[in-house]
Amino acid sequence: MMIPACRLADLPRGEAFRLDVDPPVSVFHTDDGEVFAIDDTCTHQDASLADGWLEGCEVECPLHASKFDLRTGSVDAPPAKLPVRTHEVLVEDGMIYVRVSTDAPNLPPCVAARLAGGPA
Amino acid sequence: MRTVAVVGASLAGLSAARSLRKQGYDGRLVVIGDEPHRPYDRPPLSKEFLAGDLGEADLVLETDGEDLRAEWLLGIRATGLDRTERAVRLADGREIRADGFVIATGAAARQLPGSDGLAGVHVLRTLDDARTLRDELARGGRLVVIGGGFIGAEVASTAHALGLDVTVVEAAPTPLAGPLGQAMGSIVSALHTDHGVRLLCGVGVKGLSGERKVDAVLLEDGRSIPADIVVVGVGARPCVEWLEGSGVALDDGVKCGADGRTSLAGVVAVGDCASWYDPRAGHHRRVEHWTGAQERPAAAVATLLAGGAVEPGVPRPPYFWSDQYGVKIQFAGHAAGADSVTVEEGAPDDRNVLAVYRRAGRPVAVLGMNQPRLFTRWRKQLAAATA
Repeated sequence: MMIPACRLADLPRGEAFRLDVDPPVSVFHTDDGEVFAIDDTCTHQDASLADGWLEGCEVECPLHASKFDLRTGSVDAPPAKLPVRTHEVLVEDGMIYVRVSTDAPNLPPCVAARLAGGPA
Repeated sequence: MRTVAVVGASLAGLSAARSLRKQGYDGRLVVIGDEPHRPYDRPPLSKEFLAGDLGEADLVLETDGEDLRAEWLLGIRATGLDRTERAVRLADGREIRADGFVIATGAAARQLPGSDGLAGVHVLRTLDDARTLRDELARGGRLVVIGGGFIGAEVASTAHALGLDVTVVEAAPTPLAGPLGQAMGSIVSALHTDHGVRLLCGVGVKGLSGERKVDAVLLEDGRSIPADIVVVGVGARPCVEWLEGSGVALDDGVKCGADGRTSLAGVVAVGDCASWYDPRAGHHRRVEHWTGAQERPAAAVATLLAGGAVEPGVPRPPYFWSDQYGVKIQFAGHAAGADSVTVEEGAPDDRNVLAVYRRAGRPVAVLGMNQPRLFTRWRKQLAAATA
């Protein structure tokens, strides 16, 4: 399913938009003008990558130092060890749409427990 | 270069080994560690691991299937560096000859004099320390933390959440005044009293009492604080004794250039044991931050592989984080030398703050409490302003 995220004109380069699906997804507009969507939650601990440090095609988790590649979802260094999912992005009539991946997400233990209905 | 020896097998050593392979080094790689464990992550030791929320498997730093084609010599201490033979001497008498050396031997927790052999007294630095302390905290009781720095504060926070009765004793009038300055140090350390943890400041510790097991902490003002468990969090000293006489210049750790090079050719140093030249400050500085141990080895390894022929880049301002009483604390830059601190967002009373430190109007540091988004923005600005 394609989910409308926001208008491209409302997302300046260098900024991110957090889409409140479950688990949340973030849309990044890079300084080069490309648009990518990845899972918003760092795979190490509950942190929103939309709050992170975007540089080129990489975003650094706002809490610790792991960087995720927006193109592949891969992680470069600890403390995170698992990649995030990447999602298909479509821009049509100035609107950004995201097709959320059907793969299982790599969520940090506390978030995974919460989504499973267990103790947070 | 045909053999590189990395001495130290924690985050800085592992990052160096990874950087070597990433930068195309294809020769023999020997990693020497004095602890028996594979590289593991330390930040959770005072938090999730101590609380029992993470296990030992969660601390492993290597990823599944990662193969650095390294020879791991674990549980063995390096005792010397022979500059003529170009070899690391090990405690069991072996010598590892190499062309290049990465020194990553870290720092060791300072002990309280006179606490030897007294049960119930702990420091927290290694996985083994954390295991012992975790088991003891699980039995409950009265905990006294000596030292209101970040490690002490995190242990106090974790123990409080576990239901222990906690007191923190700090010799300085304001905890964290060194890293954060007076005003912000006092706001962050107020988290203790917010949660009913006693904070005693401006008083030194005279000693400990107890026969075989500690039963109280004796203060210099004559008070005696009953204790079943004592954690000593009074800082760390660089592990560089083994380098004395080697020709590697030492000065509060291994004295390094802005690219990690030491006074000996073919030897670089990284992590908590290394005092790198800081071009922003104009002097050497030993920075005991996780992020430095993770980021700087790439530069040091580039120096080593290029024989010192690379221009060092300007590293990002130092950054660290802490989690206490459910509050995320983040700090970047250097508070020392700031002539003003202003709260840009949030309210100190709510312990929810974004504060910017400035010198002559220019930002030199930023502190966040539960403000990750704004903190990232300021951290970026700080890097740009001080580049």
